[in-house]
Amino acid sequence: MSGEAILTRNFARSDSHTLGVYRETGGYQAWAKAQAMEPTAILDEVKRSNLRGLGGAGFPTGTKWSFIPKNHPGPVYLVINADEGEPGTFKDRYLLERDPHALIEGMLIAARAIGSATGFVYVRGEYVEPWRRFAAAVREAYEARYLGSGFDIVVHRGAGAYICGEETGLISSLEGKKGWPKLKPPFPAIKGAFGAPTIVNNVETICQVPHIINRGAEWFAGLGTKTQGGTRMYSVSGRVARPAVYETSVSITLRQLIYDLAGGVTGNGKLKAVVPGGSSAAILTADEIDVTMDVDGLRNAGTMAGSAGVIVMDETVSIPEALMVVARFYAHESCGQCTPCRESTGWIYKMTRRIVERRGRKEDLDTILDVAKRGAGTTICAFYDGAVGPYISYIEKFRGEFEALVPK
Amino acid sequence: MPRLTVNGKEIEVPAGTNLIEAARHAGVEVPHYCYHPGLSIAGQCRLCMVDIEKTPRPTIACNTLAADGMVVSTETDRVRETRKSIMEFHLINHPLDCPVCDQAGECWLQIYYMQHGLYDPRMTDEKVHKPKAVPLGPHVMLDAERCILCSRCVRFCDEITHTGELGIFSRGDHSEIGLFPGTELDNKYSGNVVDICPVGALTDRDFRFQVRVWYLESAKSVCPGCARGCNIEVHVNRRRPHHAEGRRVARLKPRFNADVNRWWLCDAGRYGFAPVDAADRLLVPTRRDGETTTAATWDEAIAAVAAALRRWPADEIGVIASPKMANEDLMALRRVLDARAIRQVGFDVPPRDPGDEDSFLIRADKSPNALGAELVGLGGDARAVVAAARGRRLKCLWVFGHDLLASRWPEAEVLEALRAVETLIFTGANANRTSARAHWVLPAAAWVERDGTYTNFEGRVQRFRLAVEPLGQALAEWEMLGRILAALGETSTATRAEHWFRQLTGAVPAFAGLSYQSIGDTGRVLTRDAPARS
Repeated sequence: MSGEAILTRNFARSDSHTLGVYRETGGYQAWAKAQAMEPTAILDEVKRSNLRGLGGAGFPTGTKWSFIPKNHPGPVYLVINADEGEPGTFKDRYLLERDPHALIEGMLIAARAIGSATGFVYVRGEYVEPWRRFAAAVREAYEARYLGSGFDIVVHRGAGAYICGEETGLISSLEGKKGWPKLKPPFPAIKGAFGAPTIVNNVETICQVPHIINRGAEWFAGLGTKTQGGTRMYSVSGRVARPAVYETSVSITLRQLIYDLAGGVTGNGKLKAVVPGGSSAAILTADEIDVTMDVDGLRNAGTMAGSAGVIVMDETVSIPEALMVVARFYAHESCGQCTPCRESTGWIYKMTRRIVERRGRKEDLDTILDVAKRGAGTTICAFYDGAVGPYISYIEKFRGEFEALVPK
Repeated sequence: MPRLTVNGKEIEVPAGTNLIEAARHAGVEVPHYCYHPGLSIAGQCRLCMVDIEKTPRPTIACNTLAADGMVVSTETDRVRETRKSIMEFHLINHPLDCPVCDQAGECWLQIYYMQHGLYDPRMTDEKVHKPKAVPLGPHVMLDAERCILCSRCVRFCDEITHTGELGIFSRGDHSEIGLFPGTELDNKYSGNVVDICPVGALTDRDFRFQVRVWYLESAKSVCPGCARGCNIEVHVNRRRPHHAEGRRVARLKPRFNADVNRWWLCDAGRYGFAPVDAADRLLVPTRRDGETTTAATWDEAIAAVAAALRRWPADEIGVIASPKMANEDLMALRRVLDARAIRQVGFDVPPRDPGDEDSFLIRADKSPNALGAELVGLGGDARAVVAAARGRRLKCLWVFGHDLLASRWPEAEVLEALRAVETLIFTGANANRTSARAHWVLPAAAWVERDGTYTNFEGRVQRFRLAVEPLGQALAEWEMLGRILAALGETSTATRAEHWFRQLTGAVPAFAGLSYQSIGDTGRVLTRDAPARS
């Protein structure tokens, strides 16, 4: 790891998840400080820190919080998205398992800022151990009266659907309905969970908040780039020597991340391609890795920081096969609500499979590109646009590899 | 009231109007599948895309409210391209089995493909297969492969009937409409899901494979099934009589009326037309002498009835009119009764089992015109008429439509009454146990075989129209009553139902000022304080 470990500072300790260790290392001091602050002062601090959402969209957190209507007469909810489902991403599970009180403390502060008395934590169904650890921490926090004195946390387990990580799909699921994303407007900050104004934040995002309060917005902003403050946790997987979660400044380059932190390509192999921000991010070729890993750096490179799931592929990886796997995932996980996504994810998967099975036709590649472009931007949520990222970039950047599979 | 521009035309619409409805104000149809004005907004089909000035990409019209100064275009190149793409997505897994699909000819996939699709199909892979010909309930059949998952049927069961039988199960292109475990689509309004299904996924079990829709003709009508008077279309098959075993009425469909039934119709009304083509229809006038029943001509029957009315003093004649008769019939009957000063008349015969009712459309009173009968002045004590017959104070009893033996009145008493009179006359469309005992039977046209009006429980007078010719020699009641009136020496120049309606407007103050023209297609509420019937 380069620089200072902030979110992961206690990860090395086997008892890092306990309240004792958390308090010993400065835990709940930010909450004590925040209680003496006006909610608007907290909001302002978070705004100035340049904290951006670390779940995928990279939206400025303070700005999001400011969308909650002032003096709303009914309840306001804080919902934590712990449904970490983006392929290639496995950071939130570590936070839930190894530093659950950081999330609780962050929620207390965020709830004060937005005027919420109830928080929901939506934990991915498959995350059994993270859920146990987090639920145990919530019990500890109740016993220690951090919770139950003006703010409560409800822990909710998902049932295994990628779409429930989309914020309004998550809200539908939380409400007991099928996890279908909701039409916008209205946006969740106006009409979210159970019809109340709601902020949905990612686990890692909220875990940053106590540090911002403790050490100040300027310190946090200074850790990153001009438009994004802080560190973030990069999940690095695939053909690297040391696949793991690395916490580092968002100003690191993809090359540094792969070669300096993750130990380079497995067996000193040759790098072929990298997906920098979870499976929905457009793929980068080996020549395109000198980009900074912040939201805007990757956006300018034609891809996205997304959930910071870095998937490394070397020369042994077949890009058409990789696309087929990705396409199967999106076909399987499409909620089926909007016609373009429901119908074309399945169609594109069938075409990619045919190509991999050497039953492809010359026109298939252009059909996939055309279908993907026609469907993009026509749906309720960003799921389909996420699928379009790989569809288009894999084919456009590695077209020769696809064409080689099509029988002459 | 926001003012906006749709395709260059400036319009003003009520606040809260979405762009599909706003475009309608401008005479522009925005194609759509999932949007239905009677249901919540789903925004799923993605077909209703329009271009709004200063918006980066096409936007769905259903979920966008008209706003002041908005500039909307429904026919830009990119909107056309988007629509075409959405049509392709809708159709890639569709079986394209139009030749065997009942929806063909009134299918929005066909219509929109011709209007907005017309692309060359590119999908060559195996389509997704799903369950076919699945009965969802007594009236509705599902073909999940034809379904475009617009969720209208699901929303109908959630939001209109609040019965929630249907859901969308599974995910992605394997999504399918289905029943929740242990349920059946058997609510009282289940047939409506067939109407709102824009494709051939939900079909009517009663109508399936009976006749192609392009052979059907349609007449605007009113359901006679209860006092609500839901507006309907009667779809009849006159051009292919060999289809559907000669059944002429193919189906009833609700017709929108904002003040009566909106888009909906109950199943009892929708499937209640069987008597029209039933084997028990009365086809010719008949005379019964002891056990012998013989056919008679209308002239003979009219003369015989007129003779009976003349032969007995007015206080020895009783009449039981029917709240299922049209206002025009009731007016004609009143003229006949007035001509002979007959005063023992009633129409209210309680059914053996009380009718069901709910807080939506279904009324307990299963007749369409009880209020009309009352206003025309035929609302005497029907039970007293029967009692008079039983007490041998009547020589002649004339029953319209009712089977008195199926009423709540004690059967033995009714039987005694029917036996006690010297002349029992029955007028109606279908035979029953009362008609079997009549000395004279005058066959009446069914409601779909004639014109007329009903007055619903709220005092709304609504027209129904001839959809098929009367069977056999059946005549509308007003017509036979007019002839009886003439036989009694009165002048009767009414040769159409409308003439009788005009007489009614002159004779009954509640109807003053109304005309067939002013009633129009959606009815008119009576001008004075008509007593609402509970």
